[in-house]
Amino acid sequence: MEFAELIKTPRVDGVDLHRPFMPTVEGTLCLTGHHLILSSRQDNTEELWLLHANIDSIEKRFVGSLGTIIVKCKDLRVIQLDIPGMEECLNIASSIEALSTLDSVSLMYPFFYRPLFEVIEDGWQLFVPEEAFKDLESMTDEWRLSEVNKDFSVCPSYPSLLTVPKDIDDESLCKAASFRHGGRFPVLSYYHKKNGMVMMRAAQPLTGTNGRRCKEDEKLINATLCAGKRGYIIDTRTIAVAQQAKARGGGFEQEANYPQWRRIHKAIERSNVLQDSLIKLVEACNDQSHSMDRWLSKLEASNWQSNVKEILTTACLAAQCIDREGASVLVHGTEGTDSTLQVTSLAQIILDPACRTIRGFEVLIEREWLQAGHPFQQRCAQSAYSNGKPRSEAPVFLLFLDCVWQILRQFPCSFQFNENLLIMFFEHAYASQFGTFLGNCVAERVKLQLSQKTVSLWSWVNRPQELERFLNPLYEPNNLVIWPSVAPQSLLLWEGVFLRWNRSTKCLDEACQEMVHIIEYNKELQNKVNSLRRQLAQLETEESPLQTP
Amino acid sequence: MCHIKQVKLLDRFSNKSVTGTLHLTATHLIFVESNSTSAQEIWILHHHIASVEKLSLTTSGCPLLIQCRNFRLVHFVIPRERDCHDIYSSLLRLLRPVSYDELYAFSYNPKQNDQQREEGWQLIDLAAEFERMGVPCDQWQLTDVNREYKVCETYPRDLYVPITASKPIIIGSSKFRSKGRFPVLTYFYQEKKAAVCRCSQPLSGFSARCLEDEHMLQAISKANHNSRYIYVMDTRPKLNALANRAAGKGYENEDNYPNIRFQFVGIENIHVMRGSLQKLLEVMGTRSLSMTDYLVGLENSGWLRHIKAIMDAAIFLAKAVTDEGASVLVHCSDGWDRTAQVCALGSLLLDPYYRTIKGFMVLIEKDWISFGHKFADRCDQLDPDPKEVSPIFTQFLECVWQLTEQFPQAFEFSEWFLIQIHEHVHSCQFGNFLGNSQRLKERTYSLWAHLLSEKQNYLNPVYSPSFAESHPVLEPSTQAYHFKFWRNMYHQYDRSMHPRQSILKHVLTLKESNRELEGTVQALKTVSSPQQFERSHPPRPQSLILGAPLLSRKEVQQEEDEEVFGEEAREDAPASTGGERTVEGSSATENGYGELKGSFDSKNEPAVVTLEFGVARMTC
Repeated sequence: MEFAELIKTPRVDGVDLHRPFMPTVEGTLCLTGHHLILSSRQDNTEELWLLHANIDSIEKRFVGSLGTIIVKCKDLRVIQLDIPGMEECLNIASSIEALSTLDSVSLMYPFFYRPLFEVIEDGWQLFVPEEAFKDLESMTDEWRLSEVNKDFSVCPSYPSLLTVPKDIDDESLCKAASFRHGGRFPVLSYYHKKNGMVMMRAAQPLTGTNGRRCKEDEKLINATLCAGKRGYIIDTRTIAVAQQAKARGGGFEQEANYPQWRRIHKAIERSNVLQDSLIKLVEACNDQSHSMDRWLSKLEASNWQSNVKEILTTACLAAQCIDREGASVLVHGTEGTDSTLQVTSLAQIILDPACRTIRGFEVLIEREWLQAGHPFQQRCAQSAYSNGKPRSEAPVFLLFLDCVWQILRQFPCSFQFNENLLIMFFEHAYASQFGTFLGNCVAERVKLQLSQKTVSLWSWVNRPQELERFLNPLYEPNNLVIWPSVAPQSLLLWEGVFLRWNRSTKCLDEACQEMVHIIEYNKELQNKVNSLRRQLAQLETEESPLQTP
Repeated sequence: MCHIKQVKLLDRFSNKSVTGTLHLTATHLIFVESNSTSAQEIWILHHHIASVEKLSLTTSGCPLLIQCRNFRLVHFVIPRERDCHDIYSSLLRLLRPVSYDELYAFSYNPKQNDQQREEGWQLIDLAAEFERMGVPCDQWQLTDVNREYKVCETYPRDLYVPITASKPIIIGSSKFRSKGRFPVLTYFYQEKKAAVCRCSQPLSGFSARCLEDEHMLQAISKANHNSRYIYVMDTRPKLNALANRAAGKGYENEDNYPNIRFQFVGIENIHVMRGSLQKLLEVMGTRSLSMTDYLVGLENSGWLRHIKAIMDAAIFLAKAVTDEGASVLVHCSDGWDRTAQVCALGSLLLDPYYRTIKGFMVLIEKDWISFGHKFADRCDQLDPDPKEVSPIFTQFLECVWQLTEQFPQAFEFSEWFLIQIHEHVHSCQFGNFLGNSQRLKERTYSLWAHLLSEKQNYLNPVYSPSFAESHPVLEPSTQAYHFKFWRNMYHQYDRSMHPRQSILKHVLTLKESNRELEGTVQALKTVSSPQQFERSHPPRPQSLILGAPLLSRKEVQQEEDEEVFGEEAREDAPASTGGERTVEGSSATENGYGELKGSFDSKNEPAVVTLEFGVARMTC
C-alpha cells in the first residue's frame, strides 16, 4: 500500500492537543492513510479524527526538542499539536503534508470509506432527471428531455439529459452549443408554476470581436417566450467585463439579434477574486487583537459581505423578473458554472417553497450544482489557509451557502432545515468521506464510477437519526415567495462559519435548546388537550342516554 | 386640529409611496392612509420630532422632511405649498415647548385615578434597593447631609457613605468636587464587601489638595477589609483630564491619595458621542447604500468603538470588584454621563437582579434619574441647547443590548423593552425623566407602571432565572466582532430592513400559548374526571366545548395566502377601527413592531407571516 511509504512515523505518544475553548488533551497521535487521530485512551474524553483532506496547511515551530505543529483546516478550524521529539515532529509534519496534498482522486478517502450504517435509500438516486421531467410535463408540454449530450460530447460539463424547448431539435442544440462557451447552450433551470415563466441558464455566447451570431441560439431562447412577451437576460458580469470577454472570443447577446430580450448586467466577482476575499476575511476573523476600527476596516477590505450582497441582489432580480414582471429569464456569466449557478439556485430558494425543505434543498444542490457542472474539485481543492499557489480555487459554493443563510436569518420559520445543514454542506464540499462532491462534472463522476465505489452524502444525511440535527424547530411550511432584504444593515457576518472556532457558543446553544424545549412542550400540551377533549366527549355520549328520559 | 388631504408619504429607502390625510393635533402629527383596506396610521408625537425641514417645491407638491429622536424619518409631499407652510410653522412652534407645563406628560391622561397614579410612583423604592444590597451595614450608613439638597443639588436626598466619613469630611470633600458631587455609594457587592462609588472630578488644578477629600477616599478604602487599595477610574481620556487641570479641575494625584490605583478609561465626551451618532445616522440613512460605504461609514462614525469603550470600562469595574474584591470609585467630569454609564453597566454585570424587568427599572432610577443625569438637556426635552444634547443614555441601552446578544438567557426582558424605554425618554409622556420634584409626581404618571402593565410584550421567552445562578457575574467577550450594529433600534421604523419573521415573537407566542394550554389541561382534567363530570355537568366553560378550534391554523393560512402579493401595510394597521384609542405617544401598535402586540389579542395564533416586496430593485 502506497500510503505506508508516506507515513514515516505512524504513532507518537505524549502529544498535547490544543483547541480554542476546549481543554488541552494529552494522548497518542496516530497517522493512517486518511486520518490524523489523537486519542487520550480515556473513555470520557473526545478523540480527534481529522481527515487529511481537510488539512489546508500546516506550520512547524520548535522550542528546544518540543515541536509544535499548527494544523489549519479547510473548515477554518486551527488546532495545535505539541509533539515531543524533533524528529517525530518533522516526520509527522512531512507525512501530513504529503497525505493532505495527494493529487489522485482515486486515492481519496471516499473510495476507502465503508459506511457503518445500513444504506436504506441510495443517495445516488436522489435526483432522477426523468422523474423531475414527469413533474414538469404535468404542468406544461412546451419542453422535452433531450439525449443530445448522452456521451458528453456536445457539452462535457453538462449531464446526459437536458430539458430544452420542445420545438428545438437536437441538431439545433448542437449548433447552439458551438456558439456557447464550453458548449453550455441554454437549458431549463426552473419552471415557475404560478405563471409559467421559466429561468434558463447557459454560458456566454461566443460572439467575439466581429459580432458572430447563431440563428439556432436565437431561436432556442426565443422558443421560451410566449407571443408578444419579452424576456430578460441577466449577465452576471459588468458590461466592461463582458466587453473584454469579446477579445477572447466570448461576449454577450447583441440587442439587434435578440430584440425580444433585455439585457441586464450585474457585478458578481470572478472566482480568483472571491478566493482572495475569503482569505482576507478569515484572516480578519482570526486576529483577536483587533481594535474596533481595525476589525471593521479589515472586514470591509475583505469584500466578502459585498460579494454576498451582490449575489443576493442578482438572485432577487432574477426572481423579480419571473414572479413580478412575469417574464422569462436567461442567466449566464462567462463559463456558466459559477456565478450563474449561484443566481439560479438562490432565485429558486426565493421562489420555490419546495427548495426550502431538506430534500428539496438537496435536490437543488444535486441539480443546480453537481449535475449543472460546478467544478467542485477544482474550486474546493484549497481553502483560506493554503500556502499553495491558487489554481482555480474559489469559495463559490460557500458564498451560495452564506446567501442561503442570510435568507434563512430573515425568514427563520420558512425553512425546514437549520444552519447546521448549511455548515455541514460546506464541510463536505471541502473534505468528506462521501463521494458526492468529488469530480468536476457528471462526466467525470461517471468515469470515476462514484455511484458504485463511494457512498453518497445524501444516503447518510437522509437517515432519520442524522436528519434530526438539521431540522428547524420553527419550520411552518409557507407557500409564498420570500423576498429578502439586501440592505447592508440586513446582511450579517455568518458567524457560524467564520467565527465558529473563535467564540464560545455555550450560551447561544443553551438558549437555542430552551427555545426547542418551548416548542416541544407546546406540541405536547396540545396533544394532551386534544386527548382530554376526546375523553370528555366520550363521557358525554355515555351520559346522554341517562339524561334524555 | 387641522387636516390636509392627498398627502403623499414617501418610503425612505425605495420609490414607493402611499397617499393619505395628515392631521395635526395639539400633541401629535397623524398620518392616516386613505386606502381603506389596509389603512395604516402613523402617530408622531411632537416631542419626538427633532427637526422639520421644508424642501424646495417639486411638481407633485411641497416636500416636508421630519426627523424624529426615535430614529424615525418621514418624508411627506403636501400638494399645496400653503398647507405645507402652515404645517411647517405649526410644527416649529409645537415641537419646542417653552415651559414645563407644555410637556405632554401634563396633558397625558391614561384614565387612572390618583391612587393608581401614586401607586405607580411608589413602584420603585431606592431605600429598599440599598437594603437589598445590604446597606446600611457595619461599614456604610445613610447620611442626611443632603436632606435639603444643600450640599449637592443634583444628588438624591438619601446618600450612603462610609461610617467613618463624618459630616465635615463630606462637606469638605464636596467643596473640592465639581458641582459638589462628592464620592457616595451606588452599588454594594455584598459577597466581597466591595463598594462601587461615584463622584465628579476633583478641583485639583495643577497642585491643589483637599485633606477632607483624601480622607473621604481613605474612608471608602477602609470600609472594605478585603482589599488594601481602591481603584479610582477616571472614565475620560487622559488628554481631556489633563486639559481640565488648566480650568482648576482635573484628577486625583496618586501621591496625595494613599492606597489608590488610578486608571484612565478613555470614554469620549458628550460632543464626540453626539457627532458619532450623527455620522452613524447619516450613513445609515443613505439610499441604496453599498456594503463598502456601510462598513466604512460604521467605522468612521466610531460608534461601535465608543460602545466598546463603555463596555470595556464596565468590565474593568466588574473585574476589580469580583476578582480583586476591591472597591471602585468612578468619575468623569461632572459625574453624570460617563460615570452613570459605567456604574450602571458595571452593576448590571455584577448583579443578576438588574437583568430582570423590575431590577432594570431600579437601576435606571438609581444611577440615571436619582444621580442627576441631565435627561432634559441630553434628550433635548426643553429649552434646546444643541451643544448639550448627546446620546449618552442611548449608548447605555445599546451596551445592554450587546450583552443580551451574548447572553440570550440572562435577561428577563427583550430588546423591545430597551427600545420602549428609549422611546419614552424622549416622549415626555411620563414624569420619570422630567425632573425629581414632588410637585411633578402629583401631576404626571410613572413610565414604570405603564411598562409593567404591558410586561408580556417585553418578555424574553428564553430567559432562564437559573442562568443567574450559574452566571452571577457576566463576563462578556470584548472581541471587536461581538459588537454589532443595532438595527432594531436605529432602523426601528424602516420595516423593509427587518427579518420578515421574528423568532422572538414566534417563541413568545408559543410560550404564552403554553401557559393557556396548561390551564386548559387542568380545567379539562377536573371536568372529565368521572365524579366531577356528573356534578358539574350542565355548566361548562365555553372554551372547553369539543371541537372548538385550538389553533386556527387554517384561518391564518388563508390570511397568508391573501397576502401573497405583499400587502405590506397590514401589520402596521393598528386596531383603531372600532374601539377607543387612547392618545398615547407611542404605543407598541404604532411602532414598527406593532405586530408584536397584535399577536396577543388573538391567543394561540401562530406568527403571521407578513411578506413584503423585496428591496432588490430593478436597475435596468
